[in-house]
Amino acid sequence: MSRSNLFLLVLIAGVAALPLFGEAYALRLGTIACMYAILALSWNVVGGLAGYPSFATAAFFGLGAYIAGVLLARGMPLAGAIPIAGIGSFLVAALLGAALLRLRGHYFAIASLSLIEVFRELVNNATDLTGGGMGLNIPLAASAGVMADATFFFYVMWGLLLATAVMVMAVSLSKLGFGLSCIRQNETAANMVGLNTTLYKSIAFGLSACFVGGAGGVYAAWVHYIDPSDVFDILYSVKPIVMALIGGLGSPLGVTIGAFVYLGLEEVVWRNYIQIHSGVLGVIIVLLLLFLPHGLMSVRVRQWWRRTKNV
Amino acid sequence: MSEILRLQSASRRFGGLQALRDVSLTVNKGEVIGLIGPNGAGKTTLVNVVTGVTPATGGSVTFDGQDITRVKTYQSARLGLSRTFQIVQPFAEFSALDNVAAAALFSKPGEGLKAAREEARRHLAFVGLEAQAHQEAATLTLAMRKRLELAKALAMRPKLLFLDEVNAGLNSAEVERATELIHQLAADGITIVMIEHLMKVVLNVCSRIVVLHNGQLIADGQPREVMTNPAVIEAYLGQQYAQRAGIHG
Amino acid sequence: MLAAQILINALVLGCLYACIAIGFSLVWGVLNVINLIHGSFIVLGAYLAWSLYQGFHISPWYALVIAAPLFFVLGYVIQRVILNRVITAPVLVTLTMTFGLDLILNNAMIYYFKADYRKLSLTPPMGSVSIFDVVVPIDRLVATVAALALTGVLYLILRRLRVGRAIVAVRLDRDAAVLMGVDVNSIYAIAFGLGAALAGCAGVLMALIFPISPLTSTAYLGKAFVVCVLGGLGSVSGALAGGLLLALIEGVGSAMFGPAHATTLSFALLIVFLILRPQGLLGRKGFE
Repeated sequence: MSRSNLFLLVLIAGVAALPLFGEAYALRLGTIACMYAILALSWNVVGGLAGYPSFATAAFFGLGAYIAGVLLARGMPLAGAIPIAGIGSFLVAALLGAALLRLRGHYFAIASLSLIEVFRELVNNATDLTGGGMGLNIPLAASAGVMADATFFFYVMWGLLLATAVMVMAVSLSKLGFGLSCIRQNETAANMVGLNTTLYKSIAFGLSACFVGGAGGVYAAWVHYIDPSDVFDILYSVKPIVMALIGGLGSPLGVTIGAFVYLGLEEVVWRNYIQIHSGVLGVIIVLLLLFLPHGLMSVRVRQWWRRTKNV
Repeated sequence: MSEILRLQSASRRFGGLQALRDVSLTVNKGEVIGLIGPNGAGKTTLVNVVTGVTPATGGSVTFDGQDITRVKTYQSARLGLSRTFQIVQPFAEFSALDNVAAAALFSKPGEGLKAAREEARRHLAFVGLEAQAHQEAATLTLAMRKRLELAKALAMRPKLLFLDEVNAGLNSAEVERATELIHQLAADGITIVMIEHLMKVVLNVCSRIVVLHNGQLIADGQPREVMTNPAVIEAYLGQQYAQRAGIHG
Repeated sequence: MLAAQILINALVLGCLYACIAIGFSLVWGVLNVINLIHGSFIVLGAYLAWSLYQGFHISPWYALVIAAPLFFVLGYVIQRVILNRVITAPVLVTLTMTFGLDLILNNAMIYYFKADYRKLSLTPPMGSVSIFDVVVPIDRLVATVAALALTGVLYLILRRLRVGRAIVAVRLDRDAAVLMGVDVNSIYAIAFGLGAALAGCAGVLMALIFPISPLTSTAYLGKAFVVCVLGGLGSVSGALAGGLLLALIEGVGSAMFGPAHATTLSFALLIVFLILRPQGLLGRKGFE
C-alpha cells in the first residue's frame, strides 16, 4: 500500500474519533466533512483519474436523495434504502455514461451539467411520487433524542466515506484504474492497444455516481426534508471540483484533504460573512484558480510527497 | 501461402472526399509489403479502415477468415491487428515500461499487470530501450519514442502489423537500426505492411509493393515491376516523365 | 387558430432567445470558454434598464445605448485581467473560473437589489396588436425587432469591420491568426467585451418582458446553452436557427404536454443533440 493511501486511511480513522470531542455542532460539521469527502473522492474517479471533467455530481446526489427518500417514506429501513440509492445511481450513471462519455471536452461538461436540470425537472414533475416542488418529508430513522440522532448519522456517513475510500484505492490499484489512466493520457492509443474505452468509462462514471447517490440518501434521511432545488443544486457539482483542485487532482489523499480544507473555509466564511458568503466563495475559487492551479499538494511536491502524488 | 487479410472493394468517404476508392488487396501470411504512394493517396486511411478507426463506407475487410468491416478498434486489436502511428501516440505520463505493459495488458484478456510488466521488459529489450524502462515517455527522444511505439505494437503479439512511417524524422543511423528490427520481425514470422516513403528501406525489406494514388490501387507486385510501371511513375513524377520512361521501357 | 398562435409566439420568442444566446455563442466560439457569468450579465442589464427608468425616467431604448459601452468595458476588463490568465487551461478550470466570477456578481446583485422580483412597467403601457388573429403585446414585438437589430449589428461587425474579421479569424484557427499578425489576447478581450455588451443589451430588452431578479440568471444561461447546442457555435445564423428551433419545440411541446415540461423538454433536447449532432444545425464539426 502506498504511503499516500496509508495516510488517507489514518486520516479517516482519525475523523472517526470526532464524537469524543464534540457536541452537536462538531458532529454536524463532521458529517458534512465526510459527505464532502465522499463527493470529492467520487468525482476524482471520473474527473481526475479518467480525465473527464464531470459536472453531474449534483444530479446523482439528488437522484440518490430521492430514491432513498421515497423508499424511506414508504417504510423501508435505512439499511435497505441507502444501498438501493447507491446501486440505482450506479446503474443510471453507467447507462447514461455509455452515451455521454463519447463526448469530449466542453460538450461533455455541458451534457453532464444538463443532467442536473433534466433530473430536477423530472423529479419536480413526478409530483405523486416525490411530492414535486413541495418537497418530500422523510420519517425520522432513529428517534432516541437529538444527540443520538446526530451521532448515528455521523457514523453512517463516516462508514460510507470509508467504503468510498476503499473503492477508490481498489480502483487505482486495479486494471480498471490503470486503464482509466491510459484513457486520460491518450484515448486513441488506449483504443489501439485493445482497451474497451466505452466500457471502462461507463464503469468509472457509474462508480463516481454510486457513493454520491448513497451520500445523497444519507443526507435525505439526516435532514428529514428535501425538495428538488435543494438537492439538485449545481453547487454540489462545483464544490467537489474546487475541493479536488485545492488538494491536487488525481490523488485521493489530496482530494480528501482538499474537502476538509474547503469545509473549514466555508464554515469560517458562513459564520462571518453570511450575507455575502457565496460571493466570498466565488473569490476563493477565482484566487485558487489563478494562483494554485495544481492544488495544495503541489506546494509540497518538491519534498518527500513527490513519489506519492499519483497513486 | 495462406491469406491473412483481404480487402474487397473497400471504400471510405469523408463527406465530399473519396479517400479510398474500390481497393481490393490480399495479404498473405509472412509477407512484408510496402505500401507506397504520393502524399494524400490514402495509405493511412487504409490502415484506419482495417483497424476500425474510420470504418469502411463501402466494400468489406476480412481478417483471418473473419469479417471485420464493422469491428471497433479495440476489438481489432484483440484479434491480432496492431499498428504504429505516424505521429507517435504514447501514454505521456507513464514510464516506457508501463506504456508497453498497457499494450500487453489490454490486448489479451486474462493477463495481470505484473505479468504484463514482465513481458514489457522483454519487448523493450528487443527494441533496445531497457535502459529507459523507468523514464517518462514524454522525456524520450523522437527516435526512442518511435521504438517505444514499435515495442507497444509488438507487445500485442500481433498476427499482422501495420507500420506507418516508422522512419519519418530519423537520421540514417536510426533508420538502419529500425530496418534491422523490421528484418528481425519478418524473420520471426509476423506479417508486416509498412507505409514508407524511403525507397531504399522499401526495396531492402519488402517482398511486394502496393501503390496507392488518389485512393485507388494502381499497382501491386514485385518491386522491379512496380518501379518501372508507367502508371506509378506518372503518379509520382507526372505524365511527361512517364512517357519518357515508356520510350526507354 | 392554434397553429398560427404557436408559430407567431415561436417567432417572437425565438428572436429573443437568439438575442440572449448570441453573446454566449460568440464567447464560446472564439475563446472556447463557457461563460457562466452570461446569465448574470443579462440580469444586470435588466437592472440597469429598470434603475434608469425608475430613477431618471430614461426610456429603455436609450438604456440600450448606455448599456452597450458599459458592459463592453466590464467584459473587456474581466477578460484581460482575470480570465486571460487561465485561457489556455482545460475546460475544467475555465468553467469553474467563470462559475466563481458569477458567484461574485450574482451575490453582489442579491446584496444590492435584494432577490425580490421587480417589473419594469412602461407608463403608458404599450398595449397589444393583432396579427393574423393572434394577439401579440407590442412591447414584446418591439423587443423582438430590437433583438433582431442587435444580432444584425453583430453580424455587420463580424463581416465589415476589421476587428470583426480578426475575431472570425481567431475563431476559425487561432494559430493561423497569430501567424497573420493578429493580437489574439486583444481579440479575446474584445470578443468577451462584445459578448458582455450583447448580454447587457439583451437584459435591457428582457426587462420589458420578464420580471427581474438575480434568481433568473440561471434560466437565461440555460436557454443560451440550449440555443448554442441546437444552432451551432460562434455564428449569428446559428444563434437565430437555434433560438427559433428551441422556441418552436417549446411551443409545440407546451401545447401537447403542458407548459410545466417546457424546460425539461429543452434540456432533454440538449442532451439528444449533444449525443447525435454536437455541432448543432449550422455549426462546424470538431469544435471542442
